[in-house]
Amino acid sequence: MKNWKYIISLSFLMCLLLGTQKYAVAENEHEENFNAGEVIIEHILDSYDWHIFTWKGHHVSVFLPCIVFNEGKCYTFSSRVFHENDQYVTVNKTNSEELVFAIPHEGQYKGKIVIINADGSQKRPFDISITKNVMALFISCTIILVLFFLVTRAYRERGEKAPKGLQSLFEMLIVYVRDDIARKAINEKSVDKYLPYLITVFFFIFINNLLGLIPIFPFGANITGNIAVTATLALFTFFITNLLGNKEYYKDIVNTPGVPWFLKFPLPLMPIIETVGCFTKPFVLAVRLFANITAGHIVVLGFISSIFIVAQISAAGGGAMSVFSLILVIFVDCIELLVAYIQAYVFTLLSALYFGMASKEHHH
Amino acid sequence: MELITPDFGYFFWMVIAFGIVFFCLAKFAFPVIGKALKTREQKISEALEQAERTHEEMKNLQAKNEEMLKQAKEERENMLNEARQYRDKIIEEAKEKAKDETNRLVESAKETIENERKAAMTDIKNEIANISIKVAEKILEKELSTDEAQLNYINEIIEETDNQ
Repeated sequence: MKNWKYIISLSFLMCLLLGTQKYAVAENEHEENFNAGEVIIEHILDSYDWHIFTWKGHHVSVFLPCIVFNEGKCYTFSSRVFHENDQYVTVNKTNSEELVFAIPHEGQYKGKIVIINADGSQKRPFDISITKNVMALFISCTIILVLFFLVTRAYRERGEKAPKGLQSLFEMLIVYVRDDIARKAINEKSVDKYLPYLITVFFFIFINNLLGLIPIFPFGANITGNIAVTATLALFTFFITNLLGNKEYYKDIVNTPGVPWFLKFPLPLMPIIETVGCFTKPFVLAVRLFANITAGHIVVLGFISSIFIVAQISAAGGGAMSVFSLILVIFVDCIELLVAYIQAYVFTLLSALYFGMASKEHHH
Repeated sequence: MELITPDFGYFFWMVIAFGIVFFCLAKFAFPVIGKALKTREQKISEALEQAERTHEEMKNLQAKNEEMLKQAKEERENMLNEARQYRDKIIEEAKEKAKDETNRLVESAKETIENERKAAMTDIKNEIANISIKVAEKILEKELSTDEAQLNYINEIIEETDNQ
């Protein structure tokens, strides 16, 4: 029983290695010329199907549902339709007009579902398809909920007894967020109001970062390295900061204390800067998290791709390069584990600081 | 460019998914966890306080014990001293008594000796008197055995009496 933790750790490391093989197999399809940049961007970006691996030229993918709205009508179909044909033609039953869906390989809407008009022009419909990233997001949210369900049940069952197993791991992090992030940044009176969001956002980012490092299906999607995800989180922080802010906070924005009067009147320089600051703060949060996680994925993929770049020149060189690259990839993956935690910490800490500023109480 | 353009569909699902996660955790998980943590922290702090109190009590008890030990030692010392003094007194008294007794015995012995001596002296005096009388009788018997001697002696006495 004691060894199971080591087995899990070991299998996690094995997964990291296996994942590199996954990319290796995936690249064999490009027999002609291996384009590292394309492969990396393809992974970083979203897609309508979840490509798992390619075996002897045969793609093994999970096809995901596409949901698009056009002129108030909803169209749902599997992304398999684009796997079999380049275009998917559907007939509107009311006016028996043909609607042609396609995923263009280049142009403005590259890789996205578009409607091809009769004149050949492309139109992007309202698209809420369950893409690879959305699927991965659902999976990770389920994992988070299951983990918290287990932890909550442990708390219910064990009561006041000392924590055990998963519960103690979560308790350590929860208490850390509560005591060392929230309580240090936010005053005693309003800390309970912000705490649920801070803990949620910490675990959401941390767990998604970790899942992003496991390169085998159904993990390994670039969730926290997607600007839409980080923007959503930042928007939550933005709205919570500004909607729950107290009177002092708004007064400080309009009439910044400790600043000479000529910076406020006749030209309201400071109020403008403060107002812009309200928006730049969450913007910076979003960009930081996105850039850090994306960069990690790019670096890992870059090292893996270097094997194939060298292998194209000489097979022996590729063999030597693979050893070298693997060592580097393991090293970078270890750093990414650190980054996964640090970025979750930084996002939570900065959110807490903004909340603290918005709920500050002045004692004159 | 696509990398940094948020996709609306993904954004839409993200808001829903994160909202659900946030709602579920805030509604079902955190109250339970927070309450459990709070009660446990209270329990721990209470236990620590209790330990502190017990420690203090132990300290007091120890100080008391030491005090008592000290007192007991002092008492023992006092008792020993008293006993020693008592012993000395008893010995002293006994010595005194013994001395008195000896003196008394010596005194009474002396008295007895004196009495004995006196008795002996009286006996000797009487004996001497008897012996003297006897001697005198013998002498008188011998000197005054003849009438002439008797007459001479009577005359002598009469003369002596006349002279007086």
